[in-house]
Amino acid sequence: MSLPPTEALLRFDRVSHSFGAVEVLSELSLAVQPGEFVALVGPSGCGKTTLLNLGSGWIEPTSGRVDRPAGVRMVFQQDGLFPWLTVWDNVRLGLRHLADEAGRIRQAGVLLELIGLTAFRAHYPHQLSGGMRQRVELARALGGGTDLLLMDEPFSSVDYLTRLKLRAELARLLREQPRTVVLVTHDIEEAAQLADRVLVLSERPARIRDEVHLKVPRPRDATHPDVVAAVHRILTELGLEGDAEPPAAASRGPEIDR
Amino acid sequence: MSSVRSSRGPWLALAGPAALVALWAALASLGLFPESLFPTPLAVARGLGAELSNFRLVNDAIASLFRVTAGFLLAAGLGVPAGLLLGHSARAREALLPLVNFFRSLSPLAWIPFAILWLGIGDAPAIFLIFMAAFFPVVLSTTAAVASIPSVYFRVARDVGIEGAALLREVTLPAIAPQVITALRVTAGLSWLVVVAAEMIAGRDGLGFAIWDARNGLRTDLLVAAMVVIGLIGVALDRLLVRLTRIPSVRWGYDR
Ligand SMILES: Nc1ncnc2c1ncn2[C@@H]1O[C@H](COP(=O)(O)OP(=O)(O)OP(=O)(O)O)[C@@H](O)[C@H]1O
Ligand SMILES: [Mg+2]
Repeated sequence: MSLPPTEALLRFDRVSHSFGAVEVLSELSLAVQPGEFVALVGPSGCGKTTLLNLGSGWIEPTSGRVDRPAGVRMVFQQDGLFPWLTVWDNVRLGLRHLADEAGRIRQAGVLLELIGLTAFRAHYPHQLSGGMRQRVELARALGGGTDLLLMDEPFSSVDYLTRLKLRAELARLLREQPRTVVLVTHDIEEAAQLADRVLVLSERPARIRDEVHLKVPRPRDATHPDVVAAVHRILTELGLEGDAEPPAAASRGPEIDR
Repeated sequence: MSSVRSSRGPWLALAGPAALVALWAALASLGLFPESLFPTPLAVARGLGAELSNFRLVNDAIASLFRVTAGFLLAAGLGVPAGLLLGHSARAREALLPLVNFFRSLSPLAWIPFAILWLGIGDAPAIFLIFMAAFFPVVLSTTAAVASIPSVYFRVARDVGIEGAALLREVTLPAIAPQVITALRVTAGLSWLVVVAAEMIAGRDGLGFAIWDARNGLRTDLLVAAMVVIGLIGVALDRLLVRLTRIPSVRWGYDR
């Protein structure tokens, strides 16, 4: 099934991908609209990272088409910062595309301020906590000014409380510097709290099993009834929760590829 | 790997040497060997003073240091680029690593006959032997360092638009720097070991030759004087190179 033509920023058109004999994606279609926040959840090994790698152009699909914008920035799970550069220089790295030095310095200052790490500008990554490092990663990625951010479990290497903080931080950063985001996460609550649309993927080869739309405007609380309802629905879809009494229903989006 | 610094100043660090000299003096005073075979600390100190003031030991040290510097720089200058090449190309690794491993396992001293036959006596054979000792370990360490750079760095580089020669300068080299510095430290020490052996056999001067010369003249006091100088310079060389590990942009490789 192919999608109707829209002004999608990122579009997968019947994309299949195999590593040798392992078929990871099979005829997957997906369109991400400008400004949209899409979260991908699904069983481990189902092909989420592969999907992001296709989206960034790091790998090419075995068949099918991926249309992506020119500049794409990836945020990695951890250790994506250059350890030989200070916080300041890591953030500036994300601003390489800016022609003038004065503009780079100004922007780097703004980004550091935004993530609240101005006092740590001269620190090296190994002198920071995991949560601080992820914030620097976010700042570097935001520096690109590119519309599309791909995030592969960006908060999974930090503890629960830090993760909650980083979630709120991401929501705030996106309000100040809007971007289109595709977020891969194992944290279903995180997906439901942050995203406009959560795609639930099946076992390998990944297909989109379900699509949950969240209409409440972002940023929103983790305990918002719609978020809770969405979490319940996703867990049910993944076979992790009984089909008992669903709380206030999350609005059900059009089902595709089912 | 950091240096051990006592907060009590240098006095504690002198306790070991002082104890050793005391033990040595005590043993010498027992007279188990004639003094010509077991010199007293005093005789060695006198010999050291004489050899330093007539500049023989100074000149020998300069000769040895020159050879080590030349051989080591040659090995590093060729070994690091060779390692970069091998690290980047799986094919080159497959073809050449067995060879590199073979020569690394071969004691450089095994080359001494050829070094003399080909290059005679003097600077050239010593430099050649040092090169043979240092080149292969540098290549191997650099290769391993390059091959183990996390691919995430290259992905980030691609995202932010680092490409071509800048990739080498801004990603590969800083990423391997800590491991390469460690390798250079080890091989510099190795070079200092090798130069003494080389000069003993293929030298007309240098600290190794001083050892050989003293042995031939049965001047064990001068022999020990040369040993003291060799050891002290070796320690100084390592102190010098350990400074490289204090550069802020490589500390990450040692701190975690
Ligand atoms: N470079 C590769 N070579 C061969 N197989 C690969 C490669 N990358 C991924 N795979 C395989 O593709 C499948 C999907 O991997 P992928 O990393 O996309 O899963 P994932 O959904 O991100 O899993 P997780 O949630 O555990 O991160 C796995 O079975 C994996 O073994
Ligand atoms: Mg993954």
